[in-house]
Amino acid sequence: MATERERRFVGPRRGQLIFALGFVALSLLLLSQIGTQTIWANKTKFFAQPRFWPGVGLGGMVVLGGLHLYRLPWRRFTASDRAEVIRWAQVLEYTLWFLVYVLIVPVIGYLLSTLIFVPALTWRMGYRRPLILWASVVFALAVVVLFKTFLSVKIPGGLIYDYLPGALRSFFILYL
Amino acid sequence: MDLLLSALDILMRWDVALALLVGSIGGVLIGAIPGVGPAVAIAILLPATFSMDPIVGLTVLLGIYGSSMYGGSIPAILINTPGTAVNALTTYDGYPMTARGEPKRALSLAYSSSFFGGIFSVLCLILFAPVLAKVAPMFGSREIFLAALLGILLVIVAHRGQSLIAGALACFGIFLQTIGMEPVKYSQRYTFDQPFLQGGINLIVVVLGLFALSQAFVLLTSEDEKIRTTRLRGGGLFQGLRELARHPRVATVSASFGVLMGMIPGVGEFTAQFMSYTYAQRSSKRPQDFGRGSSEGLIAAETSNNAVPAAAMVPLLALGIPGEALTAMMLSVFYVHNVVPGPGLFQNDMDFVVALYLALLILNVLVLVFLLFATKSLIQVVKIPNRFLGVCILALSFVGVYSLRNSATDCVLAAVFGVVGYILKRLSLPSVPIILGMVLGGIMEVKLRAGMARVKSPLDMIDRPVAFILFLIIIAVLVMHIRRVWLDRRELKEAEWQFKRRSTSFGAMLLRRRSSFLMERGKLVRARRLEWFRRLTGLF
Repeated sequence: MATERERRFVGPRRGQLIFALGFVALSLLLLSQIGTQTIWANKTKFFAQPRFWPGVGLGGMVVLGGLHLYRLPWRRFTASDRAEVIRWAQVLEYTLWFLVYVLIVPVIGYLLSTLIFVPALTWRMGYRRPLILWASVVFALAVVVLFKTFLSVKIPGGLIYDYLPGALRSFFILYL
Repeated sequence: MDLLLSALDILMRWDVALALLVGSIGGVLIGAIPGVGPAVAIAILLPATFSMDPIVGLTVLLGIYGSSMYGGSIPAILINTPGTAVNALTTYDGYPMTARGEPKRALSLAYSSSFFGGIFSVLCLILFAPVLAKVAPMFGSREIFLAALLGILLVIVAHRGQSLIAGALACFGIFLQTIGMEPVKYSQRYTFDQPFLQGGINLIVVVLGLFALSQAFVLLTSEDEKIRTTRLRGGGLFQGLRELARHPRVATVSASFGVLMGMIPGVGEFTAQFMSYTYAQRSSKRPQDFGRGSSEGLIAAETSNNAVPAAAMVPLLALGIPGEALTAMMLSVFYVHNVVPGPGLFQNDMDFVVALYLALLILNVLVLVFLLFATKSLIQVVKIPNRFLGVCILALSFVGVYSLRNSATDCVLAAVFGVVGYILKRLSLPSVPIILGMVLGGIMEVKLRAGMARVKSPLDMIDRPVAFILFLIIIAVLVMHIRRVWLDRRELKEAEWQFKRRSTSFGAMLLRRRSSFLMERGKLVRARRLEWFRRLTGLF
């Protein structure tokens, strides 16, 4: 049966202990590096020292994170913690999708990579209905037209655009 | 009058008109789709606005901020799912109205209340602007440092039950902004000799990771829900204005709460809504109707949340201190265009400030007109499947991150923060303190250095009236927070004692149970009255 302390805890139990431990460990690791990663300048006031604000940030992370860990109502890992970590790891697949998209844009261009990425990920998410798949193609096209053509956001043209004939090449580099 | 005319002159441009239209309609659409929200949209659009004029870029972003809450009320009322987080309280009275066959009345009342809240706050602030212009120059480096410190403290203590981790995350934000080349001694801080860290970690990369990418991950890993929308019936969409006119007191008080809470950094919509709702319930002739489709409840919730956006711009414009994540993002638009928000802006560019408020005023009118005629078609956007929405946000996030500096490293960093944001969301931990820690940490570093250069001892920091008042407020906030933590702890101990199974000495039992015995009746009454508060905190 859950204790009163557990009932009053804001948020679910799963993963809390792992997160708190990881946070404090990272904070301690970073704080231990403060001597090598920052300098103590001579003839400079304490509050203007380059080390002062990293010290404040990391000190706060260690103290408050440590207190949060100490105040957690749980001290043992359970199966739900393990399941939660697996759930966190599942996100890495989508991170990979995103990074592959980032890497192919400078090669095959924004238009083509978006037209491949959005429908492919839609397919991966299990959608097979033609309506959704076509919607993904239209969405991809709309994003490119809106941001690159109309709003002129800074996304470089793809390497393959170099193989296009003169005027078309400039058009693709500028607008697609 | 001259000020108003020059402000209107700034707005009389086709690109500003287009920005108003796009901001208002886009904001409503974004608000109406559960799972997107204004933070995601603003984070994605932020880099695109850098190439625009400050007034155009800010109008788009303000439009999204201000009108998303209108749109958020649609799913809150029709399918009991708030479109944006701040529409959660709308479900309490909006959905029961739909359930008893009055969805049109509920929507109409929500639109009218939101409109009143928006207009009331803008008018208040336009009238209040000359006072602000006089007060703002009293803020020097020390005062801005103390105000930023107060902002961080308020953000931390606002997370009740999570203030320790909120504080730790705010400190994480402060640490993040220190990474890179330090501007005074030109030394490297926590770069680990990596070239990509020498320029520091860009705020927008963190914002996009924590808000947009993490939300995409949440949607991609969730299941699609089957949504059944209700047919619009039960009254006309214009009747809300008439109904609102029957409750002027609730509407005015709620809008005032929204304006006041919006101006205080770190407080925002939730507190304003909670206070308005509690006030409306206590002062109502039919308090038993609250939560069962009370029109006063709906007015309180919607008026107060829509009064916040205009007010939230006050600390940003007058002091350069954002009070919450959305205004923190907008701050970067100012920086990109070399417009420094703060006392100088109020003194020298008052017409720009008034123009922004007028833009908000026009925006509210546009949104109301749009919603009165387009609600029927707008309901369809609620049906967009979750995971497909996740795909769309992921594709849009790329534009946001990559267009900043065409850097793949930025994208990797954003992805890392996306995973961090996803974990925080899964654990119901706040990510806003990280953003505010980054923004306010940077301001505090600069202002403390400048402020301390002119004082001999730390106590001289508070020798000016405004600084002293701010210092007293900081102490008061800390004392109140410590008192609340202590009371919570005592309550917990009492509750734990009541479930205790081990034997206890009779004397100690009497000692511990004294307050519990005395307050038993009081507790019952309070428990009944606090039911709404618990449900509200449970939601957030």
